[in-house]
Amino acid sequence: MLTLISGDRPQSRILGALLLLVLLALAFAPFLFPGSRSLETAARICIFIVLVASYDLLLGYGGIVSFAHTMFFGMGAYGVGIALDRLGTGWGAMGLGALAGMALAGAVALVIALLSLRVRAIFFAMITLAIASAVAVLVSQLSGLTGGEDGMNLRIPRELTPAFRFEVLGLTVTGKILNYYLVFLGCLVLFLTMLRLVNSPFGRVLLAIRENAFRAEAIGYRVVAYRAAATTLSAVIAAAAGALFAVWLRYVGPSTVLGMEIMMDILLIVVIGGMGTMYGAVVGTAIFVLAQNYLKTLMGGLAEATAGLPLVPDLLNPDRWLLWLGVLFILSVYFFPTGIVGRLRGAR
Amino acid sequence: MSTAPTHAPTMTSLPLAERLKPWLPVALVPVLMLLGFLAIPSSSSWLTLTLAGLAMGMMIFVIASGMTLVFGLMDVINFGHGAFISFGAFVGTSVLLALGSWTGAPSLMLNLLAIAAAVLAAMAVTGALGLGFERVIVRPVYGSHLKQILVTMGGLIVAEQMIFVLWGGHEIVIARPETLKGAITFAGAALEKYRLLAVGVGLVVFLSMRAVLRRTKLGLIVRAGVENPEMVQALGYDITRVFVGVFIAGSALAGLGGVMWALYQEVITVHMGNEIMILVFIVVIIGGLGSVEGCFIGALTVGLVQNYTAFLEPKLALVSNIALMVAILMWRPMGMVPVVKAK
Repeated sequence: MLTLISGDRPQSRILGALLLLVLLALAFAPFLFPGSRSLETAARICIFIVLVASYDLLLGYGGIVSFAHTMFFGMGAYGVGIALDRLGTGWGAMGLGALAGMALAGAVALVIALLSLRVRAIFFAMITLAIASAVAVLVSQLSGLTGGEDGMNLRIPRELTPAFRFEVLGLTVTGKILNYYLVFLGCLVLFLTMLRLVNSPFGRVLLAIRENAFRAEAIGYRVVAYRAAATTLSAVIAAAAGALFAVWLRYVGPSTVLGMEIMMDILLIVVIGGMGTMYGAVVGTAIFVLAQNYLKTLMGGLAEATAGLPLVPDLLNPDRWLLWLGVLFILSVYFFPTGIVGRLRGAR
Repeated sequence: MSTAPTHAPTMTSLPLAERLKPWLPVALVPVLMLLGFLAIPSSSSWLTLTLAGLAMGMMIFVIASGMTLVFGLMDVINFGHGAFISFGAFVGTSVLLALGSWTGAPSLMLNLLAIAAAVLAAMAVTGALGLGFERVIVRPVYGSHLKQILVTMGGLIVAEQMIFVLWGGHEIVIARPETLKGAITFAGAALEKYRLLAVGVGLVVFLSMRAVLRRTKLGLIVRAGVENPEMVQALGYDITRVFVGVFIAGSALAGLGGVMWALYQEVITVHMGNEIMILVFIVVIIGGLGSVEGCFIGALTVGLVQNYTAFLEPKLALVSNIALMVAILMWRPMGMVPVVKAK
């Protein structure tokens, strides 16, 4: 068990319980929460945990801010989408598309990293922002290849669709559930790989660079090489998550995988969950998705209750939930930069 | 006792090519115009496109100049700058819509007065916003780029949401004032009047900013602060106060740019600030973070390249700027006019 999580103990009873709860809930989601809507949410949580954790590898461990993470996510998704579209439905095409997307993401990340990190770490943030938005425009313009704004509906192998049914131990299992377990296991493996990565000597060097790049360089570590490697790895993992997302949704489109809103969500989750902890991605994503559902309801109720006052109902409008999350985000950067996980570990 | 080493200093000046090197970026804009002239078949459309490119470049410069100075002076990178653009545009548009009788009148005087009122209101609001932003958001995170990026991004989210709250988030259509509609014909080319005005305003901002930086004592302190803030502080000047002033001025300029952009596009959306910021980042990077002159050259280059490619190869317009940025970073990794820091 300890080798599985690479010796990275939760270091807090509450955190351990929370992680176990999330793991069990996700592992048995199809049977605990029947209904396609909750399965949809569970799969989304799985994929976002990996996506956010891979961003944490960059931000929390490498100390690098990137705004192109959704671009890499999208590369994986579009890799699968285009391969299925061009090569026809099949497991081979799906795997090939995913690998091609991951390879492209890695290569692009490496080029951006070498171009900008060599000069100045903050260039990276600005350059990735510019490139990511250019790519988003490009994807919607190259409609022959990518389906443009409408995106593409994918035809995945029949075994993964709801139409496929079989019986196991008296339970009817549909292809949809098989698809969910593909997502769940894929995400679990990716997450454990990242956990292994950050607890390896490589991860320690990254932490050293984050704390003091100058000193790390003086000891003899090639700072640029390590940062470039972290960027590339994180891009490849994000692309893998994107490929799983495309297979799960059976659809790729600019708004589902490339939008700036998703990038903002990732940033909020990482910071609120806890930078540089990996487990922060799990706790943060779970809380974020729950907040998305319940905060809106709460705000709707409050807005109705204050309907007579000026301005207040507008501030509490359910569509403005991002406003309050933004405030929470700023406060958490100031007052608990290690996020929820850091808080829980500190209170041990 | 050994004899003193023979010492024969050479008093010859550097070769011409070496001396010209720092001035090369200045030649970039004319060279680009020449290339455009050769590539674009009709000279009248070249003239139209050049004016459009210059107008766009000037507006981007007005927005970007404040940001680059803020960075140069205090090493503060403000990702929330886009919020000031949007706020400026919304405030300015509201004023212009309220002064509908002035903008609708066929008198140049009244039209310009209405624009001036809109600009002043926008600059006042964004300047005040900048002060608040600096105090609340930026002040606690001096010295940490990572936190600055995160926190200013959070500030951007909150500011954008506030626009939704205050103005409702629909896109607003705003017509240009009566006398600034249409174009004048010069040498067979149609030159839009508003673009001429934008180029004029941009030039005035650039020249007066340069004059302040080069000719006044305040400018001297700012320039010295960019090079070595500790030393300026040690000499008894309160660099933080100067910085707050620059931050407010930069925010106000972003507001001015927002109004100009709103009248240029004739429609405003909440996300317009963010869309412009992409160009602003490219400009700030290729110009050299912290350099006003580099920012000016970079902005004009980006404006021209964008307009020429939009005419020659429409699909490549946005990608062309990325390619430009990559090319310039390979040529000069620190930007066209690198800022010398005494550190």
